[in-house]
Amino acid sequence: MSVSIGSKYPGESRQGRDGAAPRLLEIDRLSLHIHGRQILDDISLEIAPGEIVALTGESGSGKSMTALATIGLLPPAAETRGALRLGGADLLGLSEARLCALRGREIGMIFQEPMTALNPVMRIGDQVAETILVHKAMPRAAARVRAAEVLARVGLPAERVPPSRFPHELSGGQRQRVVIAMAIALRPRLLIADEPTTALDVTTQAQILDLLRDLVREERMGLMMITHDLAVVSEMADRIAVMKAGRIVEQGETRALFREMRHPYTRQLFEASRHRADLPGARAEAPLLRVDEVTRRYPGRRALFAPAPGLIAVNGVSFEIRRGERVGLVGESGCGKSTLARAILGLEPVQAGEITLDGMPVYSQGRPDPSVRRRVQVVFQDPYGSFNPRHKVGRLIAEPFHLLPDPPKGATREHAIAEALTAVGLQPAHAESYIHAFSGGQRQRIAIARALIIRPELVIFDEAVSALDVRVRAQILDLIADLSRQYGLTYLFISHDLSVVRGITDRVLVMRAGEIVEQGPTEAVFDRPGHCYTKSLLAAAPSLPQPPGGGESDAGQPEAR
Amino acid sequence: MLSYALKRLAILAVSLAVASLVIFLVVEVAPGDPASYMLGINARPDTVAALRTELGLDLPKWERYLAWIGGMLQGDFGTSYTYRAPVAQMVTERLWVSLPLALYALTLSTLIAFPAGIYAAARRGRAGDIGVMGATQLGIAVPNFWFAMLLVLLFALKLRWFSAGGFPGWETPLAALKALTLPAVALALPQAAILARVMRSSLIDILHEDFIRTARAKGLSRRQALWRHGVRNALIPVLTILGLQFSFLLAGAIIIEQVFFLPGLGRLIFQAITQRDLIVVESVVMLLVFAVISVNFLTDLAYAAADPRLRAAR
Repeated sequence: MSVSIGSKYPGESRQGRDGAAPRLLEIDRLSLHIHGRQILDDISLEIAPGEIVALTGESGSGKSMTALATIGLLPPAAETRGALRLGGADLLGLSEARLCALRGREIGMIFQEPMTALNPVMRIGDQVAETILVHKAMPRAAARVRAAEVLARVGLPAERVPPSRFPHELSGGQRQRVVIAMAIALRPRLLIADEPTTALDVTTQAQILDLLRDLVREERMGLMMITHDLAVVSEMADRIAVMKAGRIVEQGETRALFREMRHPYTRQLFEASRHRADLPGARAEAPLLRVDEVTRRYPGRRALFAPAPGLIAVNGVSFEIRRGERVGLVGESGCGKSTLARAILGLEPVQAGEITLDGMPVYSQGRPDPSVRRRVQVVFQDPYGSFNPRHKVGRLIAEPFHLLPDPPKGATREHAIAEALTAVGLQPAHAESYIHAFSGGQRQRIAIARALIIRPELVIFDEAVSALDVRVRAQILDLIADLSRQYGLTYLFISHDLSVVRGITDRVLVMRAGEIVEQGPTEAVFDRPGHCYTKSLLAAAPSLPQPPGGGESDAGQPEAR
Repeated sequence: MLSYALKRLAILAVSLAVASLVIFLVVEVAPGDPASYMLGINARPDTVAALRTELGLDLPKWERYLAWIGGMLQGDFGTSYTYRAPVAQMVTERLWVSLPLALYALTLSTLIAFPAGIYAAARRGRAGDIGVMGATQLGIAVPNFWFAMLLVLLFALKLRWFSAGGFPGWETPLAALKALTLPAVALALPQAAILARVMRSSLIDILHEDFIRTARAKGLSRRQALWRHGVRNALIPVLTILGLQFSFLLAGAIIIEQVFFLPGLGRLIFQAITQRDLIVVESVVMLLVFAVISVNFLTDLAYAAADPRLRAAR
């Protein structure tokens, strides 16, 4: 490599866009085919040193493929056209050996899933040092010192998180910091971050974004950031490129782009991101679900001769949901949201307190009561993982029938299946297909149909829209609101995504470390949070800029209730 | 790590106690009198009575169990009825053949399987992979005694590199090792075929993991990523199979020992069963149980060495 490591490009300031300044990365009319299918179509993009450029768009738009093309990790069958220049040299023609010398040294990459991006059997210090050693940039001892330095730089100082730790001993946010440390250990000129915070909680996300921003500014790296989250994009990026179906449909300076939004697709994404479902007015009826002083403890793993330390997942939680109400439950991962949901579903016992539906306990005499159980249904996050791929859709959505003492058969059953499919916007004929034939949004519709088929009173949505693209998410939220109107359903909506909860609920519960720290009407809690934890959650969540025209604010839309 | 090892050790002790009880109950308490069973239906009543006294069958059951266990703990396995020799001595002699044979075969199978599996995984779908996988199919399908006969035909009868059978004893180590070579190869080939397939599929799974992509993004070549990040992670399922194979090799070599006239444990137990020598059967079975459980213990320790997540948790 001809370029010296760690040079700070002293002469350059932020004059990236006046044409004369040297580009760090130039993607010039890049096209990509894999097995004859066009993946990227004529992509042109530039990144200057110290600049953050975001690639945004829905899944399948080609964002990640652009990143993989840049770092030279495309699948073997890929055919590229165009040019991809780093510091003036075209990367597309380089041999594999030259690319290996480039990766990690000139270009660093951060991936989405911190839980699986690290080698589970290797110490984190060694994994960071490996970046240095594989490029023979330093002797072994110096590499170890540098690895510890870099780990400290990303917020993992040796006195708190020693480099001798293994990945499983770290939290998700800490693991992402290790991944970042590996990527920046040799001070690459270009950093690529592919959905770096999508799998993280909001407060962790805010910290990681801050870290990335600081690194880019201090080290004058160029950052190509890939994310579907427009709010994150608007807070991070200097410039944005919006991708759809392998093309860049619009790109420009962040504020100008959000102000103008020339391409209709950009506008659609923006509208879908701030979508609020049109909820029917909540009726003040009798309580349906009562959760009374509920505590769920897990026994700890017993050491050989030591008493078992336990874990209190849910600690003395009480709340009520009235019939017809839509209640949100927010909190970060590990706060006890899902444990609480399982307890309400009667999937596990509680150690103290009681959960009743219409006055009847969901769990009595050591087992869930089926007559209560069938009045509650659940929709999970991963629509694909929650279906048996070998059953037809008709059989999948008829599954809850086993909760009934006298399940419908023959024509009645067929009719119920057709009705449930129609209710979620699908065709009765879809009952004959298998689940793999459907898109993510359709699968989630099928999951909702499955929940509705036995006409429950309470439906629990556990991160039910978190994995969906924004436009699909908006449609599903509308569907959920419609169904609530049509069937008078009561919802418990569990999510770590505050903006989703805000758009679909009347009331919200904020949960932290097994306890509910704040509850109240959704708008009131979001506008005037009382508890400091709620405040910190809201402050950490990235927000969208004002919509074009600037009239209505993000907080006070008329249709939101 | 220490508490993990102690826990595994406790499990080992409990398993041994339970196994000894089961073996004792099955052999001694099962319907039928061991003495008359050992002597056959034509035995005279006074011979049976004499054998009963000799075996201590007139004592209460728990006393016999304790005596059996106590004896074994001191290395006294009883006396073989048919051979009129201490079982411990007979077993030790046989073990000196069977244990080296098992280790030899296991080493060979590992030496063949690891490179073959890794090679096939690295060239998945290409000619090299298809070749290796075809060979492993053959290795699994063809019985090892047939391999053994082919080896004898080729290397002993035609080329005269090895002798066709027998065992000269460890006084001449090289000759002993040479005598064990053909049997070890015959035992190792089918095992290697299984092991190579496990290695390949395990490694292919690992190569799809995110951390392999991370390694590539750091600048490691495909080969470096495979060796430094793939192989160790792929080892856990491979270790499981290795542990099972060792137990099998120790006792499962009966046919191969017959083909090569080796005085091993497999032949001993085979002869003891045909001659109804229950004391020998009982002791050898207990010994094999001990070996299997110990190997499982070692496999558990190897897991923990390979995967740090196991050290902390259990």
